[in-house]
Amino acid sequence: MKRLTRRLVIAAAALVFAGHASAQDKSIVVASTTSTQDSGLFGHLLPIFKAKTGIDVKVVAQGTGQALDTGRRGDADMLFVHAKAQEEKFVADGFGVKRYPVMYNDFVLIGPKSDPAGIKGMTDVAEALKAIKSKGAPFISRGDRSGTHIAELDLWKAAGIDIGKEKGPWYKEIGQGMGAALNTASAANAYVLADRGTWLSFKNRGDLDILVAGDKRLFNQYGVMLVNPEKHPHVKKALGQAFIDWLVSPEGQKAIADYKINGQELFFPNANAPGA
Amino acid sequence: MPDDVTALQLVLSGDPALFAIVRLSLYVSLSAVVLAALIGIPLGAWIALTRFPGRQGVIVLLNALMGLPPVVVGLAVYLMLSRSGPLGGFGLLFTAGAMIIAQTVLVTPIIAALTRQTIEDLWIEYRDELTAMNLGPIGRVMTLIWDARFSLVTALLAGFGRAAAEVGAIIIVGGNIEGFTRTMTTAIALETSKGDLPLAVGLGLVLIAIVIAVNALAWTARRAGERLAG
Amino acid sequence: MRAPSSELPIEFDGVTVTAGPVTILDNIALTLLPGPPTVLIGPNGSGKSTLLRVAMGLLTPSRGRITWGGLENVPPLKRAIVFQRPAMLRRSAAANIRFALRAAGIPRAEHARRVSELLELVGLERLADRAARRLSGGEQQRLALARALARDPAVLFLDEPTASLDPVSTKAVEDIIRTVSERNIKVVMATHDLGEARRLAGDVVMLHRGRIVETGAAASFFELPQTAEAQTFLAGELLV
Repeated sequence: MKRLTRRLVIAAAALVFAGHASAQDKSIVVASTTSTQDSGLFGHLLPIFKAKTGIDVKVVAQGTGQALDTGRRGDADMLFVHAKAQEEKFVADGFGVKRYPVMYNDFVLIGPKSDPAGIKGMTDVAEALKAIKSKGAPFISRGDRSGTHIAELDLWKAAGIDIGKEKGPWYKEIGQGMGAALNTASAANAYVLADRGTWLSFKNRGDLDILVAGDKRLFNQYGVMLVNPEKHPHVKKALGQAFIDWLVSPEGQKAIADYKINGQELFFPNANAPGA
Repeated sequence: MPDDVTALQLVLSGDPALFAIVRLSLYVSLSAVVLAALIGIPLGAWIALTRFPGRQGVIVLLNALMGLPPVVVGLAVYLMLSRSGPLGGFGLLFTAGAMIIAQTVLVTPIIAALTRQTIEDLWIEYRDELTAMNLGPIGRVMTLIWDARFSLVTALLAGFGRAAAEVGAIIIVGGNIEGFTRTMTTAIALETSKGDLPLAVGLGLVLIAIVIAVNALAWTARRAGERLAG
Repeated sequence: MRAPSSELPIEFDGVTVTAGPVTILDNIALTLLPGPPTVLIGPNGSGKSTLLRVAMGLLTPSRGRITWGGLENVPPLKRAIVFQRPAMLRRSAAANIRFALRAAGIPRAEHARRVSELLELVGLERLADRAARRLSGGEQQRLALARALARDPAVLFLDEPTASLDPVSTKAVEDIIRTVSERNIKVVMATHDLGEARRLAGDVVMLHRGRIVETGAAASFFELPQTAEAQTFLAGELLV
């Protein structure tokens, strides 16, 4: 009976750890955001990187808040997010080694073609938000501490609105990712702030379209950071740094620029831009 | 995965990415059922046959655990397996192994509780005879488990159904990583959130087909068994 | 089949069995000796089943002592019991017997031979591969007998073996009991069928409310019952 039990325990451990052994060779875990994942950028970039280096990049897509938490816990080797202030704090607190700017895309204000708030074509996004609030037009917020959510909150502030206090039933926080927010907006014919990348690959548009774009305040900067091996010694420093180095290299930057949906470029590489 | 091709075309053409997802789903859920059976069947049989203080409370708890919310299990396993958690040293988070662990936690109470019920019912029937034949505790347990095997298959099926259908636990501990921890249910969640509904529906149909097939297989096995043993 | 063994005599010495406030057996003094069948009779609830279970070793007395061949705590390796509604294992008739052989530690090489012998003894040869649970009541009773005999017992206890059977099945079972007894296996049987008791008994033990009321050789007991209870019972009147 004891020998049988021992054999069973070994077999059980084999089952559980089977996928694990192969994961030890040449792979890294990158915590990124759902909007980056949903845009399809990784599907385009990672095969190129793997062909060049043989490294498997395993992307775990979470909200920005959760991605940063994953990095703090040491459950990822690298972060690829778009929340500059939080990224800098991450490094300052000692959880990250160094922040590298990689690329930017922009947010767009999406809404129904019927446009009850009359914001189509506006160049000032703050004015557009004021109009939405004064009309009480339905607005979907991600409400999940993500980079997009924080950008949205900053825009309400820029419009002079304390959205936490001044929201009404027209303002709906769903606590989910970009795709879910767009789905909800499509079903409810509501306004929503989205990143252009997710919008371009989103298929369930219903009656929605881009109404406001191009305002400088809508630009969305992405950065990458290696999780600090001093805090988490198991972090794959060399492999992670290889990925970072490739992303900011001319080759990686070109690969980012080459990613297009319907002929439109989604992300604009700016690793060398000062102050990015 | 190609955008415009429908899921049915993917299935019929044997698209390797789709089948990799299906294979991983089956691997995770079947492994979990096997592990849950190895733990749950002996545990259920032991509770059925042993008198100990607090036994009724344990039975009530076991039945209640059948309804563990998957997402809560996912969170708990996530905290255990995180590098900052007690079992972080194994580096299991975001691997298929973590998903197997989470689903095993979900399925074991189901198998244990159903085993306990089945074995206890059968024991009431067999007790006099097995005692009169002077069988020791191991002999009794083996006899009961063997004679109850078809009902136990039903319990395993119920466990598999639970594992194959859930998404809350494995999406948290697996991370839904393409090519590594993306299963049918997590892929459906992803494709739905991307608005790619036809693909999500297609994957859903494949999943339902698998669940029906497994049930049909087990039903035939049970019928054959009943014909043999009455 | 066998020579009398060390299981006998079975001696009850002041055996009392209680369940909570209820006394089921009250101060039983009884000796079961080798020989023709001993039949226990008495109204329902008189304690016949309980007495059989104590004699089999399935139940421990609350007070008093029971010995087998002079020894206490003898494991039931050479004793067997058939219950009124025997449980059929979920397998074929032959497999049920094989199970009993395995449980008794009979070597595997002997199984085939013994199974066919036992099936023949109880008249179930043609139903060897039938699922045991699909046998008729009488056939199940006979299978239970075969199972009990598989361990080559010195003593065979039977708890109302024909209570739920029709006359044809009853005769078949009684014939088997006679054969078994002729092979020197001590039969101890409870029945509420007085006719059956008369047909099979070598000696009789009558119980009433957990006490032994009267014992004796069958002939003298049925002819000339001594106690008032025995007389009432044998006359077919209700004994309360």
